[in-house]
Amino acid sequence: MAVNKKQILDQHLLELTVNRLCQQLIESHGDFSNAVMIGLQPRGIYFARLLQKQLKSYIKKDIQLGFLDITFYRDDFRRRENPIKANSTVIDFIIEDKDVILVDDVLYTGRSVRAALDAMSAFGRPGKVELLVLINRKYSRHLPIEPDYVGQSVHTLHSQRVQVEWEEQGFKKNNIWLVNIEK
Amino acid sequence: MVNLSVNHLLGIKNLTEEDIHLIFETADNFKEVINRPIKKVPSLRDITIANVFFENSTRTRLSFELAEKRLSADVINFSSSSSSVKKGETLLDTVNNILAMKVDMIVMRHSSPGAPHFLSKYIKANIVNAGDGTHEHPTQALLDTYSIRSKYKKFDGLKVAIIGDILHSRVALSNIFALKKLGAEVMVCGPNTLIPKFINTLGVKVELDVFKALKWCDVANVLRIQLERQHIKYFPSIREYSLYYGINKSLLDKLDKPITIMHPGPINRGVELNSDVADSEHSIILQQVENGVAIRMAVLYLLAAADKAA
Repeated sequence: MAVNKKQILDQHLLELTVNRLCQQLIESHGDFSNAVMIGLQPRGIYFARLLQKQLKSYIKKDIQLGFLDITFYRDDFRRRENPIKANSTVIDFIIEDKDVILVDDVLYTGRSVRAALDAMSAFGRPGKVELLVLINRKYSRHLPIEPDYVGQSVHTLHSQRVQVEWEEQGFKKNNIWLVNIEK
Repeated sequence: MVNLSVNHLLGIKNLTEEDIHLIFETADNFKEVINRPIKKVPSLRDITIANVFFENSTRTRLSFELAEKRLSADVINFSSSSSSVKKGETLLDTVNNILAMKVDMIVMRHSSPGAPHFLSKYIKANIVNAGDGTHEHPTQALLDTYSIRSKYKKFDGLKVAIIGDILHSRVALSNIFALKKLGAEVMVCGPNTLIPKFINTLGVKVELDVFKALKWCDVANVLRIQLERQHIKYFPSIREYSLYYGINKSLLDKLDKPITIMHPGPINRGVELNSDVADSEHSIILQQVENGVAIRMAVLYLLAAADKAA
């Protein structure tokens, strides 16, 4: 199986993107007094932490950040060959009436976000929910879900995969690739 | 590894150590779920589970039913006392009739050892053994070891004494299998008449003196005297058993270190366990019950997933 890949974002470009997204978030949410951020497990949490760190340098406080695992809410349970292992959910604040910003690394079919909306309802009724993604794979949605904040939009084929590598996960540098899988 | 190596949970004997750890890790996630304001996830919404109980049960049955409902499964309950089993229907016929109603999983308790193993050869649905006679009670052993793991974090070198009616106890046998697989040291303790012959072939220590057993162990899992399974006298009287094997606070106070007290329930207060121990800070009996729901959710979830992957 031959694999070739093209870089979408490198460390430097990613920093610029994170900066821009933070400024957009501050435009919408001010000092985050009524807004919280929820990163989707497993990889959305690294991106969410990156945003939280950058936001702190602007607004001088830690915004509330939770991690949401959607494994038990997936619509492909018992429909896929290999079950997915669950991750931990850590949301130690109330989301009732809050503005919730869902954060994920890649938006593709939209099914994970659908599951996340479902999973989130177990923690209360948010005032408003927004979606922030680092990479938006265009024209590939299975559901009517669109992001409110986008790091980068890319045109992709079904045979391609967006590979996200985070330093926190043990990679040398933060890197986002578009990988061609030729069978 | 995210799959169980089995399609049925018939006993701990058939599980690998990896299976047990996978169940524990999944139970961690479900424990978080059942402590949320909304304690329910939609994972098993397209699955129907029949709880088929040919023998009485309170805790196990409630715990399974809650676990099933919190996974959004459809649940039907069957108990033999109010059914056609009394009219002479065979086990296989009864279960096949239930399965004809499009049931995906069977949780079964039966008084005959091996009953779920027998069924597993003839039916397609996943089977969870909720106790088969004096043989195994795998989910109880899983929740017991999970409760130990929550407190001690590791099993290597941990000493667990199982005290009481070992001969008639499916909890004892399943616990021995689970603890040995996880690397703990196990001792059984009880009157000689209630210790099975050849128990040492399972690699456990045997002790007849309850104080010596308590002194040796970090965790004491105290079992109920199962009078309903005893057709002959194994000891002179309940009073005498309580005198020699009952655990009370003054006994624990004589030990040089605090030990953890467990009991699978139902407790006969004043017989195997005194109230001053059962309700003390050393007892994790109610944590066991809470963990039971999370463990059963994990087992049902993983079996449902394994069913598709197979």
